[in-house]
Amino acid sequence: MLEKALKGSPIYWGWLIVLLGFIGTGFLVYLYQFQEGLRITGMSRDVSWGFYIGQFTYLVGVAASGVMVVLPYYLHDYKAFGRVTILGEFLAVGAITMCLLFIMVDMGNLPRVLTVILYPNPTSILFWDMIVLNVYLFLNIIIGWNVLSSERKGIHYPAWVTPLIYLSIPWAFSIHTVTAFLYAGLPGRHYWLTAIMAARFLSSAFCSGPAILILLCLIVRKVTRFDPGKEQIRTLSSIVAYAMILNVFFFLLEMFTAFYSQIPGHMHPIVYLFSGLEGHGKLVPWMWTAACFAILALLLLIVPASRRNEKTLVLACISVFISTWIDKGFGLVIGGFIPNPFEKVFEYWPTLPEVVISLGVWAMGFFVLTVLYKMAVSVKEEVAA
Amino acid sequence: MYDRGKIVTGIVIGLLLFLFPVFYNLGRAAKEPDPVLTDKAKQAKECIEPKAFMKTEHMKMLDEWRQEVVRDDLRTYKSTSGKMYTKSLQNTCMDCHSNKSKFCDQCHNYMAVAPYCWDCHIAPKENG
Amino acid sequence: MMAMDRRQFLKITGLSALLGLGGKTAFEWLAPGEAEAAIQQATKLAGKKWGMALDVTLLDEEIMSKCIQACHTYYNVPNIGNSKEELKWIWKETYDHSFPGQENEYLADKFKAGNFLLLCNHCTNPPCCRACPTKATWKREDGIVMMDMHRCIGCRFCMAACPYGARSFNWGDPRLAPKALNPNFPTNSEIPTRSKGVVEKCQFCAERLAKGQRPACVEAANKIKPNAMVFGDLDVPDSDIRKVLRTRYSIRRKPELGTGPNVFYMI
Repeated sequence: MLEKALKGSPIYWGWLIVLLGFIGTGFLVYLYQFQEGLRITGMSRDVSWGFYIGQFTYLVGVAASGVMVVLPYYLHDYKAFGRVTILGEFLAVGAITMCLLFIMVDMGNLPRVLTVILYPNPTSILFWDMIVLNVYLFLNIIIGWNVLSSERKGIHYPAWVTPLIYLSIPWAFSIHTVTAFLYAGLPGRHYWLTAIMAARFLSSAFCSGPAILILLCLIVRKVTRFDPGKEQIRTLSSIVAYAMILNVFFFLLEMFTAFYSQIPGHMHPIVYLFSGLEGHGKLVPWMWTAACFAILALLLLIVPASRRNEKTLVLACISVFISTWIDKGFGLVIGGFIPNPFEKVFEYWPTLPEVVISLGVWAMGFFVLTVLYKMAVSVKEEVAA
Repeated sequence: MYDRGKIVTGIVIGLLLFLFPVFYNLGRAAKEPDPVLTDKAKQAKECIEPKAFMKTEHMKMLDEWRQEVVRDDLRTYKSTSGKMYTKSLQNTCMDCHSNKSKFCDQCHNYMAVAPYCWDCHIAPKENG
Repeated sequence: MMAMDRRQFLKITGLSALLGLGGKTAFEWLAPGEAEAAIQQATKLAGKKWGMALDVTLLDEEIMSKCIQACHTYYNVPNIGNSKEELKWIWKETYDHSFPGQENEYLADKFKAGNFLLLCNHCTNPPCCRACPTKATWKREDGIVMMDMHRCIGCRFCMAACPYGARSFNWGDPRLAPKALNPNFPTNSEIPTRSKGVVEKCQFCAERLAKGQRPACVEAANKIKPNAMVFGDLDVPDSDIRKVLRTRYSIRRKPELGTGPNVFYMI
């Protein structure tokens, strides 16, 4: 079926070439980082994880969100989603690809990374994260590919795919829970040391992922002859609405615990993020932007008229993306490290090489996504004909 | 065959890339390794194990040493001749073989082997 | 004319490759192991639970500076020159920053003014060891939380896990640290440096203990004021460290986290 991705319009090829440009540039800058070491990033002794790990965390959420289309269709027989499950699964593949790449570019000693397999440590959450992410990647590739090629041949997918589909549903929840456990079990980082971390992760995943999926579906409708469907997009928008409500609610719960208890360890990271600490406040405008876009998103999503209107829905999805991306891809990681274990503030900001490498990874993810989507959409167009 | 032009062109380009190291180095034989022992090494008459063993096994032995020293805190080696040595590349091996460029590097360069040990382990200072 | 189709061919090739690789590995596993001939050195300092007690009343700025210098000199820890990339195995902090859970606006003057000497606590229950995906850092049987520089992949999860900020990362090649700040680098040719991309921290001078010597900082401090720092085995009831801890009140950093730090500050 991959041959479907080798035929396309000039716009398709142009888009792929632009992405290749970003990938190539990112790769060259990565070679520079490989040579010089991670000192060329903005990370420091105090903020030892930064943009790369933030992006990784955000994208694991996007990957997990594939379950939001798979679950209703396979477990609850919501037939309408049959048109879009493949898009959700391939979005997961693209997102996991980016996750793995972000981990790789963040490694201090990448050639040794396979020692995790040679000398595993079962008490390390990173070990389990590696396992669940890779298995999820394979699950989505195998399921998506087989279901799609069966659809193309006009037959039901083989019986052995069914247990894999059922496995992928709890597995999607597990990948983001395990990623949350990376943060939620570290005793010295008060911003992360909360039982609600996994719940927050899942709720923000289930609004940001489907929001991206909606935007992708609308793009697919515009540039191809395949229409994911009005009802499908409507249901997805309801999912985004409920998940975003939960997401904001959970955040407000964190606020309450921190500020009602008045415990400094709980308050300080949030104060740093939203108001600045000891004169340092690089992230303050960003966090308030995220808050404003979250409120805008909620308004547009809760009011039925604006949720059903696809133009305002686009604005709502973009708002969800911006808000969750800042909160999870940026604020979460940095807030955990500031203030540092000595209650001092040492700020972090990504450097240009860091951003270029990150753009290269995003481009790689979009490249994989574009190729897979082209393939899936072409098959669906062929079947419809 | 279908697409003969494209396939043959592809094969030719592939072969050119694959055989590039051969073309690039044609006519230039690398200098044969000529490891030289220091006076101290010559006086010792034998390395911690016989020369033949060291030639083939020193890589494995160093790998085992670094496991045992760092992870198991077992820092003494009893050679087959019964003598005791401290397991240390930097302080035992290089103590005798302090002319790294005239000894270790001779074979390593010839075989295009670049062990990353020296990123951390300090190579002995050589004169000139 | 192929009797099988492309799919079958690929299946057979894949299976053969797997068996081929698997076979070689199985052969190596089943091969007989080699007998080890390793004997412990008689002069080694042995212990079950190494700990350190710092006498805050005896440690002044000069002694603390000498400790830091002794450590960083012995272990080739360079001065990078900026706090973003700095490497420090032992360093000074004020009271508020050393014991953030014990803030006290009306603290006694002598503690408000001075510094404390901080280092890795070699915890009894270390979160960093739980976090490391490759066991590049692990707790030895003698209690030392050790670093294996050969195995560290530079993921920095241990740095996130450590509640004490005891770990440093080599953001660049430490040998490329500014020469002006490190004129005699490497300061100790018997100890390796590290490479870029690995985490490092205090190791209670494991190499010195193996030679029967006390940690460099302890030696440096006690040279100036005897018993300013006491290093010993917490598992032995009548060791020097246990004796001094029985008689003096001591505090530890963040004990409420359950890490069981083994560095005691006798105030």
